[in-house]
Amino acid sequence: MMCQNGCGPDRGGAADEAAARFSALLEDSAEDLYENAPCGYLSTMLDGRIARINATLLGWLGRSREELVGVARFADLLTVGGRIYHETHFAPLLRMQGSISGIALELVAADGSRLPVLVSAMVKTGADGAPLLIRATVFDARDRRAYEQELLRARQQADRERDQVQQLATTLQRTLLPPRLPDVPGMAVAAHYHHASPDQVGGDFYDLFPLAADRWGFFLGDVCGKGADAAAVTSLTRYTLRAAAAYDDDPVAVLTNLNTVLGQEFAGETPRFCTVIYGSLTTTHDGAAVTLAAGGHPPALLVGADGAARFIDTPGGQLVGALTHARFTTATMRLRPGDTLLLYTDGLIEARTGRDTGPGRRYDETALLDHVHALAPISAPALITALVDLLEEFGEGLDDDVALLTLGVPRDEPGTTP
Amino acid sequence: MSARVRNNVVVTGRVGAPVVMLAHGFGCDQNMWRLVAPALARDFRVVLFDHVGAGGSDLSAWDADRYSRLDAYAEDVLEICRELDLDDVVFVGHSVSAMIGVLAAIEDPARIARLVLLTPSPRYIDDGDYRGGFSPADIDELLASLESNYLGWSAQIAPMIMGNPDRPELGQELTNSFCRTDPAIARVFARTTFLSDNRADLESVRVPTLVIECVQDAIAPREVGAYVQARVPGARLVTLDATGHCPQLSAPEATTEAIASFAAVTT
Repeated sequence: MMCQNGCGPDRGGAADEAAARFSALLEDSAEDLYENAPCGYLSTMLDGRIARINATLLGWLGRSREELVGVARFADLLTVGGRIYHETHFAPLLRMQGSISGIALELVAADGSRLPVLVSAMVKTGADGAPLLIRATVFDARDRRAYEQELLRARQQADRERDQVQQLATTLQRTLLPPRLPDVPGMAVAAHYHHASPDQVGGDFYDLFPLAADRWGFFLGDVCGKGADAAAVTSLTRYTLRAAAAYDDDPVAVLTNLNTVLGQEFAGETPRFCTVIYGSLTTTHDGAAVTLAAGGHPPALLVGADGAARFIDTPGGQLVGALTHARFTTATMRLRPGDTLLLYTDGLIEARTGRDTGPGRRYDETALLDHVHALAPISAPALITALVDLLEEFGEGLDDDVALLTLGVPRDEPGTTP
Repeated sequence: MSARVRNNVVVTGRVGAPVVMLAHGFGCDQNMWRLVAPALARDFRVVLFDHVGAGGSDLSAWDADRYSRLDAYAEDVLEICRELDLDDVVFVGHSVSAMIGVLAAIEDPARIARLVLLTPSPRYIDDGDYRGGFSPADIDELLASLESNYLGWSAQIAPMIMGNPDRPELGQELTNSFCRTDPAIARVFARTTFLSDNRADLESVRVPTLVIECVQDAIAPREVGAYVQARVPGARLVTLDATGHCPQLSAPEATTEAIASFAAVTT
């Protein structure tokens, strides 16, 4: 230690002695720090041949310097999986970037045991920039890897459970919808169900079923909520509507029956209710006669053979299951060749759309009417196809389930008898 | 979707010159060619691309079922050729892409008219007298370590996967990394690569073929290079004085020279 200006006699003695000891420690340390550092040090030629390795790493590997230096390559110290990773990722990245850090690999020791490590490496270049050799540090990552394994196990468990939930939801959803629509002689019918979430059973539902030789019942609705509770209501609603339809011809009576059942079933609990359009359809020689009864549901849309499109108003119909004495309203119409009737749930008219209407706007009934009007006249299956395309256009903007049901009378085609 | 976008196709080099198409292998992406592509671009039209699932490819096009067969990658290659209207292509396939090139050349030799198989292996696992260099247990170990240890395999990109809303620059830096691969995709590609067996396809190759190997390669040893040369009718073999599985990085000049002299020969 140099003693220059300002170094008084009172600073000598013990302080000098301590500094000398400290200095002696430092002088001794370079080689010792390399050899016995708390991490492994390794230098290799560009082809991976080991040129230098410290005592710490030799100790971890259970090998002598003579076994490795000039003989083995870095990749030889790795598991086979690690060797492939080294060739396909580690070496190319190191070559292209000049350095690489925090790569998780496993070393294989002389006794066959494996040591999880984190490796960082850099290429040492000469004055002219040409690569000379590779220096690597190797950290013991046993604890880290054990922790990662725990995280991984937890994640895999979560993945499996999510798969199970999705499978359950899918299976349950299937039981709540008809596997396929029945053939209705003289009519073309089609349906579509859009699932907003694979994890949850949706609350929308529809059905179409025979009541007599020329008479059919159909419905489409939306249960408040999602998930298991909603599924229970959907299931009850579906079977009640079917049973009530067989019991009574009058659509209002069918909905009244459902209202009573939902009211009784969930009395005293969280009230459960739904919106629904129930309809009966009688096929005739030139089309079909339809009666609709609606409870709190968005109006059906009639797409005419003449290119017109209009809502079938059923104003004032109340939610089903919410009130003891609910009021339902009806509408009747005739479907003639080329006419198509559309039933849908509110997911369709509440989709967020940034297109044309500005950000954050909702698709609405007017937009739906305009869209369908532009398509008119259109067959039942073609209308479903067009609306499925529309749902795809919504993309992220569609965050609710959507059920669609179309019933149409095919156009008279020359040469065919009705 | 256009194949050009799907496979992040990049075309450089001399307009109207013979076409050299460079296909990367398992691990990284088209950046693997950056030490040889500029030199080749002086005399050739150079077409670079990323396999679906790698690099800048459209990940939405990736499908586990489709891309668990090498034929799917070969179909993509031919689709790129059709879309860019490329004929008489010299296809340079590194590692697993060598076999992808073999499949494409068998399917459409008018498009893939010549093959350069860079450190190829038609089968990585030993089978009877055949020495692929790996035992079934080795490959099982690799796949098991991929299946059970994707934290280790994705160490390079884990922060990006987990998202760094508070450190966007980190995501950016990793986004530019050339070996980033979604671990789920890497597992499928590893399985497809290391469990495939294309030995029977080699003798169906009808286009001029050059095999390039290294003197020391942990993944495709020299016996395998000799095997490929012997099975592909009329194939030539060049052994580079280079180590490792990626001579386009460890010996770029020699690799460029071998590719260029083969591609320059008019047939």
